[in-house]
Amino acid sequence: MEPILEISDLQTHFFTKAGILRAVDGVSFEIGAGEIVGLVGESGSGKSITGFSIIGLVDSPGEIIGGTIKFKGEDLNDLSNEQMQHVRGNRIAMIFQDPMMTLNPVLRIETQMIEAIQAHDNKISREDARIRSRDALGLVGISSPDERLRAYPHQFSGGMRQRVSIAIAMLNRPDLIIADEPTTALDVTIQGQVISEMQKLCRETKTALLWITHDLAVIAGIADRVCVMYAGRIVEQGLVANTIANPLHPYTRGLMGSVPSQNQRGKPLQQINGMVPSMLSLPRGCAFQNRCSYVTEKCSTERPDITHLSDKRQVRCFNVSEVP
Amino acid sequence: MMPILKVENLSKDFVKSLDLVAKGLNKIGQNYKEEIVHAVDNVNFSIFKGEIVGVVGESGCGKSTLGRMVAGILQPTEGRVEFDSGQIENKKIPDALLTQMIFQDPFSSLNPRKRVIDIITEAPLYHKLITKSEKRAFASEMLQRVGLDPDTLQRYPHQFSGGQRQRVGIARALAVSPEFLVCDESIAALDVSIQAQIINLFVELKDKYDLTYLFISHDIGVIEHISDRVIVMYLGRIVETAPIKTFVKQPNHPYTQALLEGVPRLEVGKRQYEPISGEIPSPLSPPTGCHFHPRCKSATARCEREKPALREIAAAHFSACHLNDET
Repeated sequence: MEPILEISDLQTHFFTKAGILRAVDGVSFEIGAGEIVGLVGESGSGKSITGFSIIGLVDSPGEIIGGTIKFKGEDLNDLSNEQMQHVRGNRIAMIFQDPMMTLNPVLRIETQMIEAIQAHDNKISREDARIRSRDALGLVGISSPDERLRAYPHQFSGGMRQRVSIAIAMLNRPDLIIADEPTTALDVTIQGQVISEMQKLCRETKTALLWITHDLAVIAGIADRVCVMYAGRIVEQGLVANTIANPLHPYTRGLMGSVPSQNQRGKPLQQINGMVPSMLSLPRGCAFQNRCSYVTEKCSTERPDITHLSDKRQVRCFNVSEVP
Repeated sequence: MMPILKVENLSKDFVKSLDLVAKGLNKIGQNYKEEIVHAVDNVNFSIFKGEIVGVVGESGCGKSTLGRMVAGILQPTEGRVEFDSGQIENKKIPDALLTQMIFQDPFSSLNPRKRVIDIITEAPLYHKLITKSEKRAFASEMLQRVGLDPDTLQRYPHQFSGGQRQRVGIARALAVSPEFLVCDESIAALDVSIQAQIINLFVELKDKYDLTYLFISHDIGVIEHISDRVIVMYLGRIVETAPIKTFVKQPNHPYTQALLEGVPRLEVGKRQYEPISGEIPSPLSPPTGCHFHPRCKSATARCEREKPALREIAAAHFSACHLNDET
């Protein structure tokens, strides 16, 4: 199957006064049609910047300085701003953590949704666009969508707003949705509702989904494949079932040990010592060396390359075979 | 055994008073009413020494208001919080100091213009627990307790990362030798790997200094890990309290069951989410009877009319649900 999105060796750097910040440093992965891929990492790991790079929202002082982002065979880096606008919000849509980043507080939901449709299709009439908006709202589980179309964003609760922004993302039936921490700000029961809607939509419309989050447990429940990011690089990727059952990279193991679960009640959590290093002064060699318990001399001098394993698994660690 | 903390009929109302326009319009015959939120509605529980009691609930359920009243930051509208440390002699430390609070946001809870040494020693100096000459040694001792390097004493809060700031906040709380800590979402703002470090620190400190915690969190995974007993709140009321094992294995209240069902878990893996429907109602106009009835699968006509009482359904297991009467 031809992947819908193919990223290889993506490098997005920020040229700040304090130095060059390699927020995304050689990231490669792909997403097939209808596939849900989770991108996990802590704050500052570059996961959101990866998302922004795909949709072309990296602002100065940031710049994509290398690599390719192939979307349906076409490199998005080569597109002009104008061409990119036809892709953005049309073929690729994005959902943000805070729905108020998507919604304009002073316009009715209806106005915003119709605008999003007409921006990419100048032939469609207002009435048709309105009907499509109404159906989209119904699809994400908003009751009485006809009346709700006339409402303003502040009249919705947080969970409802997130549904509206999902509906807007789905409006033009994109091939790929990038969701950046879409449920982080929501309560548990509402998070469950939003995840369930997204699962259903992706299954029914064959939309590919890149789900960016810090919460490995959410990924475990929704995604087909997972990429774990640390300090601008993907350190491990593979099928969710395999990766969760048998994490190979020491960072992935530490991350999983940090998630409290019923099995470990009473025992201390397996914490990762230390903290995420500053992206401006990464150590030579492996970025995780200072926090890793399997560290060897080689780790501080050389950067580990990707090791390809069976089942399409990839790990960036010298000591994969030694990690028990 | 005497409980260290006893909360009786505790309520807190927040009133949005009428503005001038509404008052004026009322004079000419309009009928504007003050809006009242019952943030905490007649809550009773007690906590024993050495226990970690978790409070879970979604936003707007009143868990933070409850924590603030217990810590003495907010005055309750009704009811009272009784704190009894059991110390009769040796009353060196005032009672109010024995309860301390650790806040959610490690960025806004520390004064950005004070050095760490002053942040930590301000309260003990004021209450004359230490003298000025002891200040330095005392502050480094406190920093070591929470796993920070004493060399950082002269730093300002902005020179620390989020996890380190939270440690400073904990050191500040420990500085007055409290017996009871209220942790209000104390780890919610931290990264997963740092969260684990702070959770481990909390447990370690509890054992070392004989502390008791009221641990407030929306994260059920964390609550399950750390608590001995759990209080579940919904729109200002306690709907269930249970020992941790019962909470995990046999939750009684439909809301608790729905909460546990909705938690993403590593062990479960890929699955179909079947969430409970409906929004969290506004606390300004909560549903009648049982607050949960509009979202409850097994709601009956009685749930709509009558407020269920919190009753003991098994040893130390309380639940407020009418369904328990029928079986």
